[in-house]
Amino acid sequence: MIQTKTLTVQIGAAQALRDISLSVSPGQRLGIVGESGSGKSMLGLALMGMLPQEAALLGQITIQGRDMTGANDAAWRALRARQIAMIFQEPMAALNPLRRVGDTVMDPLRQHLGLSQEQALNRAIALFDETGIQDPQAKIAAYPHSLSGGQRQRVLIALALACNPKLLIADEPTTALDAHVARRITDLLVRLSRNRGMALMFISHDLAAVARTVDDLAVMYGGEIVEAGPVAALLSTPRHPYTQGLLAARPPLEPGHLRRRLPVIPGTVPGLADLPPGCRFAGRCPVELPICATTRPPKTQLKNSHTAACHRLTTGTP
Amino acid sequence: MTLLRIQGLTRRYPQPRQKLLRARAPLTALDDVSLTLAPGETIGIIGESGSGKSTLARLIMGFERPDAGQIFFDGDDLATLSARALRHRRPDFQMIFQDPFSSLDPRRSVGWSIAQPLRARRARRDSATISQRVANTLERVGLSASDSDRFPHEFSGGQRQRIAIARAIITNPRLLVADEAVSALDVSVRAQILNLLMDLHDETGLAIVFISHDLAVVSSLCDSLLVLRQGRVVEQGNAQGILTRPRHEYTQMLLSAARFSATANTPWLSEQDPQP
Amino acid sequence: MKQPAPIHLRLGLALVGMVTFVALLALVWTPYDVTLLEISAKFRPPSPENWLGTDQLGRDVLSLLMAGSVNSLAVAFASVGIGGSIGTALGLLASAKGGWVETTLMRLTDLGFAFPALLFAILLAAAFGPSLSNAIFAIAFINIPIFVRVARSAANQIWTRDFLRAGQAAGQTKWRLTLDHILPNIAAVLIVQATIEFAVAILAEAALSYLGLGAQPPLASWGRMLSQAQTLMYLAPQLAIYPGLCIIITVLGFGLLGDGLRDMTDPRLRQNRRPQSRRRQARP
Repeated sequence: MIQTKTLTVQIGAAQALRDISLSVSPGQRLGIVGESGSGKSMLGLALMGMLPQEAALLGQITIQGRDMTGANDAAWRALRARQIAMIFQEPMAALNPLRRVGDTVMDPLRQHLGLSQEQALNRAIALFDETGIQDPQAKIAAYPHSLSGGQRQRVLIALALACNPKLLIADEPTTALDAHVARRITDLLVRLSRNRGMALMFISHDLAAVARTVDDLAVMYGGEIVEAGPVAALLSTPRHPYTQGLLAARPPLEPGHLRRRLPVIPGTVPGLADLPPGCRFAGRCPVELPICATTRPPKTQLKNSHTAACHRLTTGTP
Repeated sequence: MTLLRIQGLTRRYPQPRQKLLRARAPLTALDDVSLTLAPGETIGIIGESGSGKSTLARLIMGFERPDAGQIFFDGDDLATLSARALRHRRPDFQMIFQDPFSSLDPRRSVGWSIAQPLRARRARRDSATISQRVANTLERVGLSASDSDRFPHEFSGGQRQRIAIARAIITNPRLLVADEAVSALDVSVRAQILNLLMDLHDETGLAIVFISHDLAVVSSLCDSLLVLRQGRVVEQGNAQGILTRPRHEYTQMLLSAARFSATANTPWLSEQDPQP
Repeated sequence: MKQPAPIHLRLGLALVGMVTFVALLALVWTPYDVTLLEISAKFRPPSPENWLGTDQLGRDVLSLLMAGSVNSLAVAFASVGIGGSIGTALGLLASAKGGWVETTLMRLTDLGFAFPALLFAILLAAAFGPSLSNAIFAIAFINIPIFVRVARSAANQIWTRDFLRAGQAAGQTKWRLTLDHILPNIAAVLIVQATIEFAVAILAEAALSYLGLGAQPPLASWGRMLSQAQTLMYLAPQLAIYPGLCIIITVLGFGLLGDGLRDMTDPRLRQNRRPQSRRRQARP
C-alpha cells in the first residue's frame, strides 16, 4: 500500500529523518511512537507530500505502486483525500469556526466525488453516523464551537473518510482529549480500520493510546526508527535501550509503587542540529559502548518481524 | 495540625448573555469542595477538562476569590485577607504551571525570573546575596549557576520547568501548588521532573497540591487523592485505598482509562546514573 | 533562518531617514533665510541660486520646504509623544485594574473616537487662538483613544500568560508587574502604532495649517505653503506641487516603516515566513 525505502529528509544541514524504511499493507494498523523532536510528525507530512519547502527529500516513497519521490504538487493532490487522508491534534484549529460542520464535510464530497447537494448531504449524514456522532441530522448544521472536543475530532475523521481513503494518518489525534474520550476515539479508529479495510498510521507520544490501537509499532528517536515490531513483542521484550527507558519512565499505576523514584533516561532530547553522528541515542544511553558515538548501529532482525538498531544486539553484550 | 484547610469552596463564573433581557445562570466551576492538608503532605487533585481543578488552583493561590467557602492557610482565611496582607503571605505558598513556554517572561533572564519572589519582599537584600541564592537554587533543581544569565528560549521544555520550580522554591515555601506541571513534557523528561519534586518534598517537607488529569502521574507522588468531576468532589481519601478499591464508578472509569500494563524487561535501567 | 528585512521596511527607513536628515540640517542651516521677503524676486524659476525657484513673496522655496519639515516632524513627534504616552498609560491602567475602571475608560475612549478631531481643533483655536501648540494638542487628543485601545488589548493578552500569574505569586504588585512584564512585552506593538500615527499626524498638521489653524506666520509649514499656493494654482502650480510631494514622501515613509515593523513583530506573519518554527507541545 505504502512503502518507504531509506527515506531521509534534510533541512539545511540537519537530518530531520534518517533512513526510514517502513511499509504499511492494506488494512494494517501501524503506530509511530516518539517524543518531541523524534521526527514522527515530519514522517506523517512526508507521506502526505506536505513537507515544508526548505526540506529536501531523499530515498524513496512508493504509494500503491507509484513512485512518489519526485512527484509534483498536482500528483500529490490527486493522491490526498482519495488515497491518503490525515487528521491532527487540535480539532478546533482544523475546522473553520464560521462554517457549519456539515458544509465542511460536504465540500470534498461535491468537489472530488462530484455528488449533488442532496447526495452529499445524505453521504455526510452517513459519515457522521459511521463515526459515532449522535443525532447526525442535527449535528450537520452545528458550528464547531458548539461541539465537544471528542465530537470535533469525530467530525474531522468523517471529513478524512469522505473520499474513502486507503490509508488514514492520525497525528496525535487524542492528545488534546480527556482520557476516556481519547479511548473512545481510538476504539473508533480501530473499528473504522476493520470495517473499511483501511490502513491506519497512528502517530503519538502516548505509548498507551498507540498500543491499544495498532498491531505493529515503530519507535522513533532523533529522526530514526530505533525499534519496530508487533505491539506485544515490543512491549514485553523491548530490545532497544531507548524503548526500555521509555517504558520504564512511565509512572506505574499500581498501589505498591506509590511514591517511588522513577527510572529516568538522563539528559534531554537533543535538537536536530546536535544529534550525534553514530547512534542517535548515544550520550543518553545507559549501556553505551565506545563504538556507539561514531558508528551507526545496523538494523538487527530479531524474532518474527521485530527489529532493533543497537550495537549491543550485534556485539552480543546485551 | 493542618497547613491548608478548605471548606465549602464554591466558585461561579457569569456566562455571557445570549438573550438581551435574560441573563444566563452562572456556571458553577467549583461546588462545595472541602479538603485538609497537613504540613509535608501531598494531595493529588484528579479531574478531566472542565472538572474545576484549575479553578481550585487559582483560588488556593489567591488569584481569584471564592463565591463561598474559606481557604485557611496556616490559620488565616486567604479569601478575606487584604491584597497587601495576601502579598505578605505569598512567599509561603508558591505555584508551578503547566506550560513552561508561557510561565517565564521571554524578555527576562532566567536569574531575573527566579529572583522575582525575593525582590518582592520588603526585606532589603543586597544583590550579591540574591544572586548567591539564585545560584544555589539553580543547582538544587539540577541546573548550573551559570544558567542564570541565559534566556528562556535557550532551554528545553523540561529545563524550563526546572527553572519554574526554582522560582517557586527560592522562598522556601511550605506549600507548592502544581497545576498539570508535567503534562506538557515528554515521557522521559516527565519522570525526571517527578523525581525532582519527590526529592524536594523529601528534603524540605514541602506540602504539595498536585493537580493533573493523569492518574498514574498523580499517584506516583501523592499520599491522598481527591477526584473532581464538574466541580464536585466525587471521591477523596487515601491514594492507596482509592487505587485498590475505587468506590465511585467515575473513579473506576478514570482508573481503567489510565491503566496500562506493560511489563517491560529492563535489567540495566536503574535509578542510578548510567555506568560508563 | 534569518531573512533580510522586507523591502518596504528598508524603503520606509530610507525615506524617513532622508526627511529626518533634512529637518536636522534645517535646524542649523537653510540656503536662505525664510523670513526674508524680497518681492522683486518673486516667482523665479529654478536656477543655480534658487534650486526650486522662489514663491510669491520672493522666498526661496527649497529653504521654505526645509524649514517646514522641522515643523512637520516636531508636531508629529510632540503630538504622538504626548497622545501616545497618555493613551498608553490609560490603556495599561484599564488593563491592570479591570472591572468598572476598565469599562469606564473604554466607554470614554469610544466617546473620544466619536468626537471629530477637526471640530476639537477649531474649538481650541476659537478659545485660545490658532497656534502650532494648539495644533499639537488637537492631534495629541486624537491619538489618546487610539493608544488606549492598542495598549489595553495588547496588555490584556499578556496578562493571560502564566508568567504574570507567577509574578503575582511572587508577591509583586500590579504596578510593578505592569512595568516589569507588560510594558516590555507590548513595546513593539506600541512602536509600530506610533510610527503609523506619525504619518497620520503629519497629514493632520498639514490639514490644520492649510485651514489656518496650525503654524502661523512667519513659521514655515507645508500645509500653509499649500493653502497659499492654492490661489496661485494657475500662475505657479509648482508652489503647490513641492509641499504636496514632501507630504507624500514623509507620510509614505512612515507608513512603510510602520507596516514593515508590524510585519516583523507580528508572530503570525513571521510564522508565514518561517514555517515549522515551533510545534505545539503535547497537552492534556
